[in-house]
Amino acid sequence: MAAALGSEAAVEIKDLKKSFDGKDYVLNGIDLEIPKGRITVIIGFSGTGKSVLLKHILGLLKPTSGEIRVLGREIGGMGVEELTRFRQQYGMLFQYAALFDDMSAVDNVVFPIREHRRDLTKEQMRGIAREKLKQSGLDEKHFDKLPAELSGGMRKRVGLARALALDPDLMIYDEPTTGLDPVLTEMVDNLIVSTHNLKQGTTSVVVSHDLYAAFRIGHYIAMLNNGKVLLAGTPQDFLDSEIELVRKFVAKGVHKA
Amino acid sequence: MKAMTYGELRGKVNHAIDGAAVFAWKRLEGVILATGEVMTFAIYSVRAFFARPRRFDELLNHMEFIGNKSVFIIALSGLFTGAALSYQIYLGFKLVNATSLVGPTVALGITRELGPVLTGLIVAARAGGAMAARLGTMRVSEQIDALEVMGVEPRQYLVSPRIVASVLTMPLLTGIFDFVAMFGSWLLCVQVLEMDEAAFFDRTQLWLQPSHINEGLFKAAVFGLFFSAVCTHRGFTTKGGAAGVGNSTNRGVVLSMVLIIVSDFFLTSLINFFYAVTDPTGGRG
Repeated sequence: MAAALGSEAAVEIKDLKKSFDGKDYVLNGIDLEIPKGRITVIIGFSGTGKSVLLKHILGLLKPTSGEIRVLGREIGGMGVEELTRFRQQYGMLFQYAALFDDMSAVDNVVFPIREHRRDLTKEQMRGIAREKLKQSGLDEKHFDKLPAELSGGMRKRVGLARALALDPDLMIYDEPTTGLDPVLTEMVDNLIVSTHNLKQGTTSVVVSHDLYAAFRIGHYIAMLNNGKVLLAGTPQDFLDSEIELVRKFVAKGVHKA
Repeated sequence: MKAMTYGELRGKVNHAIDGAAVFAWKRLEGVILATGEVMTFAIYSVRAFFARPRRFDELLNHMEFIGNKSVFIIALSGLFTGAALSYQIYLGFKLVNATSLVGPTVALGITRELGPVLTGLIVAARAGGAMAARLGTMRVSEQIDALEVMGVEPRQYLVSPRIVASVLTMPLLTGIFDFVAMFGSWLLCVQVLEMDEAAFFDRTQLWLQPSHINEGLFKAAVFGLFFSAVCTHRGFTTKGGAAGVGNSTNRGVVLSMVLIIVSDFFLTSLINFFYAVTDPTGGRG
């Protein structure tokens, strides 16, 4: 599938199943390849298993069955320590930014650097953190504020700067525009694209239910329904699709666009 | 109304007994499973403390929060506990003309039992509650997930330093409680009730052995382990938003307090058994 975009897969998921109670399957045989160096948007109605799939890619959940290879490594069988080391290649922007509320904006960004780049001095760490905050578009006067003193948009910027702190190979965005007004939504979408273009080869995965955003920023789109991939392909593939549910979804997205 | 036959009555009684037995077993099974879960969590966390990267900065921060910020409330409680206990014992001993034994009795009671138990209860309520609430909030606001995604082992970063800090700090706080409680006892006995000061100190020195103080300090460390393991576990496994955080905090503190009081009895028995084996002459008193 990823070959359609002429690139190898950054994430390969084969027949992934997940059940929390042993009876109902939230993910019921997901087969998906996320192309390397592109922006992939995973879309679907609420409750279709998007966040559960994301947690599997991050290694936060273990699959009931199936295989997940991320950046060429099978993560389902990794132990805690191995997975902890491996996750240094991830960057993630959470839905509500998940900033550490007892740290200032700049300290939030310093945190992952301090954890993984112990060779750097404190000054160097703060220098990198300030640079990342600027890249994310946060005004310098807000650097020393606590998350509670920042607006929703500013918090997203700090969360993004923190996710970028270690120059990750795989950037993941969990519902980045949920609850934001249209202006902020567009700002976050633009931020995702500019962040993706910062480092060549970075793979970005955006989980969203906003098809408009998917068409605006996505090179590749995967739509989930009932725990399965209903359709995965380029935006054009979605426009050309004959699948009823896809057509309905697309009609709303294109209408909005 | 038709009278019940013997067989029907017997069947009903048997059914009720079966139901009660199944209910009791399910509850017991739940307690055993929960205990196992907390123990595994605590063992993993303590072991993780010695793994790299070292978390000494976090350890000191938590020791400061648990220890330093509890000193005033511990000292205040100790002062009045020592004074109140002395007064009660004085009233009792006065009846048998044994007021000279008030000092050592209070000293033994404070160092072996009340010091560690009351310190444990106070710190569990103050610091344990804060631990459960803090970790619970971090869980529901995805801050713990964020740590994991950043390649930071959250139990090693958040839980280990809290548990180790509690184990190290509790004996220090208990030492302060003991000291201030004895000061309260001296204040009441010598300054208010005008008992003989020399007799107060002589008798106390005669009866109070270092092993009594060690017993209390050891218990305090165990209580520190118990409340911190329970409260961090509750916080770490919080589900369900703000209500979940409140629930975790409440359950963590209540369970810690019950655990401290119940385990105190077993620890006392165990320690006395230990001394009975290692010191058969019974010089410890």
